[in-house]
Amino acid sequence: MRYLCLIYDDENVVNAMTPAERETRHRDYFAVTQEMRDAGQHVAGEALQPVATATTVRIRNGKLSTTDGPFAETKEQLGGFYLINAANLDEAIQLAAKLPSAHIGSIEVRPVVDFSQQPS
Amino acid sequence: MMQDAAGDARLAVDAVYRQESRRVLATLIRLLGDFDLAEEALHDAFAAAVERWPRDGVPASPRAWLVSTGRFKAIDSIRRRARFHASLPELARQLESSSPDPPDDGEGVDDDRLRLVFTCCHPALSIDARIALTLREVCGLTTEQIAHAFLATPSTLAQRIVRAKAKIRDARIPYQVPLRADLPERLDAVLHVVYLVFNEGYSASSGEALTRPDLSGEAIRLGRLIVELLPEPEAIGLLALMLLHESRRAARTSAEGELVLLAEQDRASWSQEMIAEGCGLVERALRSRRFGPYALQAAIAAVHAEAPTAEATDWAQIVGLYDVLLRAEPSPVVELNRAAAVAMRDGPAAGLALVDAILARGELDGYHLAHSARADLLRRLGGTEEARAAYQRALELARQEPERRFIERRLRELGDGPAD
Repeated sequence: MRYLCLIYDDENVVNAMTPAERETRHRDYFAVTQEMRDAGQHVAGEALQPVATATTVRIRNGKLSTTDGPFAETKEQLGGFYLINAANLDEAIQLAAKLPSAHIGSIEVRPVVDFSQQPS
Repeated sequence: MMQDAAGDARLAVDAVYRQESRRVLATLIRLLGDFDLAEEALHDAFAAAVERWPRDGVPASPRAWLVSTGRFKAIDSIRRRARFHASLPELARQLESSSPDPPDDGEGVDDDRLRLVFTCCHPALSIDARIALTLREVCGLTTEQIAHAFLATPSTLAQRIVRAKAKIRDARIPYQVPLRADLPERLDAVLHVVYLVFNEGYSASSGEALTRPDLSGEAIRLGRLIVELLPEPEAIGLLALMLLHESRRAARTSAEGELVLLAEQDRASWSQEMIAEGCGLVERALRSRRFGPYALQAAIAAVHAEAPTAEATDWAQIVGLYDVLLRAEPSPVVELNRAAAVAMRDGPAAGLALVDAILARGELDGYHLAHSARADLLRRLGGTEEARAAYQRALELARQEPERRFIERRLRELGDGPAD
């Protein structure tokens, strides 16, 4: 059986962390990831960029609508996820709009943190 | 002699800044891939021009000189910062090896300006962010000017722009003109921003003054730029609509700053120059047969503009245009405007029946103009008591001082001051 673990953080709390606290958190994440890898239990994991980078894609009456932010309605529940490769946000939006749920629900498109591009 | 040459060079820098700074910025953003880096490079390039042009003379192609100077300054500054930042030497190498195509007067430069417009108006940005970013980057307004126009503090505005740039960078909003298939939707988003800026200048949403002419002027300039770069029928229609509204600006307010309705305006003070240009654009948009809501609204404004008096207006044609507009874009506000035109064509009773039906649906119950339109029709039909009640409701909802004074004046004319 495979399980998806969804991580919910308060960005304000995370942003308020001292460099030392942040360092500890990174180390803890790294350690648990390594533990899962060694046990053959790790399939995939990514960190998402802050919620300010989110874009919500919907199709209503055949028209694509794109809005800033993660404004999923509370009556909608998380039903799945796609991890995609796209050259830029426009391409990602086009792919998201192809998912059937774009017509009745909404697709939140959020960039994944690329740790190779992070300042050292 | 030398002094004169130096003075001329300074004037040349100023003139080039006014004419070319946004074009140079648009190209630098493409070459450097970053708004902040490009703005810094633009600043450095003009600083270099102020220093060198008086000494060395104005270059043959100032824009090309500014682009290449800005680009070198940016690479230089990345190099200097690279000592503290691991990924920067690679970035500097990439920028240096990528060849900047020559910024001629050709298509390349226009493409960059379009890229800038489409990126600033990207629908993944909030509407407030799109407006602020467009006025800042495309129009070159300062943060203080934008803040003043929208009654916000400069720090709020600055933060809005910083956040928008961060989203462009972090979510990787591309710096490109959209694909053909996406163009209608994306152009819509651009025109929406332009029209909101115009409306904020033409009918400020709150506050003491009725209009803010600077913002409308800026929106018209933007509209012209878009028509020049991408002459799509709706872009032409929007420019026509703005010009035809703007042509009436002087007549819309009295010397005392009071609101004057279309029917009571002094038509001699309408700008004939703007009307002629607007009407020409309406024809151009309609001839395309791919017109939409902006061109239709402009066509309605053109019928008003061409009527010698309010009574002599071709109301039948206006009602017909509203019918087409309603099919293209159903909206209760358009229905309300159509009802007012029907009242002029068929009499106030016919109009009142339509307004009552619209209000009964509830969507416009909080819209002051729906109640003042109803009040006006009741007044014309002699229903003083009912008219007073409707004006009172409109007064409760109106936010703008001149509009409130207008309603109060109407209430007084009905023979009783507004109850407190």
